[in-house]
Amino acid sequence: MKTFRIFGRNVRDSVKSVFRNFSLSLASISCITITLVVVSIAIILSVNVNNFATLVERDVTIVAFLDLDVTRQEIGEVEEEINNIPGVESYSFEGKEDISKAMMESSAIFKNIMESWNKDESPIQDTFQVKVEDINKIGNIASKIKKIENVSIVKYGQGMIEQLITIFDVVKKISYGLILALVIVTAFLIANTIKITIFSRKREIEIMRLVGASNLNIKIPFIFEGLFLGVLGSVLPIIATIYGYYALYDGFDGQVISPFIKLVSPEPFIYLLSFVLVLIGILVGMFGSYRAVKKYLKI
Amino acid sequence: MSLIKMRHVKKQYKNGVTAIYDLDLDIHKGEFVFVIGPTGCGKSTLIKMLYREERPTSGSIDVGGIDVAALKNRKVYVLRRRIGVVFQDFKLLQKSTVFENVAFALEVYGLPKDEIYTKVIKVLDLVGLKHKAKNYPTELSGGEQQRVAIARAIVNGPKLLICDEPTGNLDEGTSMEIMEVLDAINQLGTTIIMVTHDTDIVNRMKKRVILLNAGRIVKDYKKGTYEHENI
Repeated sequence: MKTFRIFGRNVRDSVKSVFRNFSLSLASISCITITLVVVSIAIILSVNVNNFATLVERDVTIVAFLDLDVTRQEIGEVEEEINNIPGVESYSFEGKEDISKAMMESSAIFKNIMESWNKDESPIQDTFQVKVEDINKIGNIASKIKKIENVSIVKYGQGMIEQLITIFDVVKKISYGLILALVIVTAFLIANTIKITIFSRKREIEIMRLVGASNLNIKIPFIFEGLFLGVLGSVLPIIATIYGYYALYDGFDGQVISPFIKLVSPEPFIYLLSFVLVLIGILVGMFGSYRAVKKYLKI
Repeated sequence: MSLIKMRHVKKQYKNGVTAIYDLDLDIHKGEFVFVIGPTGCGKSTLIKMLYREERPTSGSIDVGGIDVAALKNRKVYVLRRRIGVVFQDFKLLQKSTVFENVAFALEVYGLPKDEIYTKVIKVLDLVGLKHKAKNYPTELSGGEQQRVAIARAIVNGPKLLICDEPTGNLDEGTSMEIMEVLDAINQLGTTIIMVTHDTDIVNRMKKRVILLNAGRIVKDYKKGTYEHENI
């Protein structure tokens, strides 16, 4: 009961203190707000870059062209061998008739040219389109497919895909590093701001000690105060994130430049991001207060 | 019976200045003791050691059964809850009301709200400030602020009240009012140890006087004055 009473008073005092020292609180809140907006932008960027990378990786396909004179039975054998290659996620067969039909439907010019060919003259080949589980192994799987009898050509954007994988990998690492660095810098920046504000309340801590408050009694209200500052500081960044991201998503119609580059869907992404922002605000606020008050408890 | 027992206490600061030399002192329960002496004689150091703001370099200090010299930083509150301290500059929370300033000393114990209210009003009544409970310190005179500080110091019912020049910032009339309050508290059984420069107060009160000079006790009067002590 006594512990609950002390706890309740600590919460009450910390709320009071935020408002009684409003100009100082405002300095801390502004600092948290500004840095959380930057953190939010960095997270939005990195999540979208990663999403783009995943989409690209998912779309990469190996196309295996079969010999022109391949028989039905041989197609079946190729299919079986592709099926047996480890790391193949899925595959589909597209026969020369289907391809021809699709091409003729797509353009009148194609139609004229293709209609002039007799059956043996057509250069169109039967194909297998293969998707892989891990894009890093695409080269390896492509060369295995190439070795299958009756497979004449294998295409998957050699060279470009490898380059893309390297670029995405670097971008991912940079964005994670950036967020981590930003959070750490924010933590210290806010810790120092709160430290300056608490410095002006050195006298208050001295009085608390004087009347017999234990170190814990003194620390807890300040730590709660840090928590409230964190929560208050994250309000604007959260509003900016929710409205800003919806505006961005709607403005670009969910995609950037081409339908290939899709933005992450706002829900539940922005809610998760808001949770992360308030969590960072709270932790950093509490950490800042703890560090600051600890300094003044040493005699 | 001794409430304060100091034996061979020495205090040397880090800068090499020795403020107290081999001091022995006994203060009994219920006494009212003035500590006087010239500036820099070690008065403040002496009482700072009693409430463990400073640690002695050597020697032992016993305050109401607590070995103050050996008390760890994180345990200082145990001592502070048993004593009251009053300063020249009042040390009040400017952004808290009179009531909140006094109640604060009880809240750290986790007492129920009703009990806190009763005790705070009772003690504010004792120092004559019940009607100003809702005022802020900035709305009070110096004497009134000091009475709030005294109320805060005694609201826990401490056995010992330490006063570091409590009348230093006050005019003569107000100083005497404060002394009347302190005397009344002493009559109720609280031991009081008070550092002062005010000869009038010491002479009028006729209490025990300890005269310090250059870190040593040079005189100890049972019911003394110090008008002849050229300090």
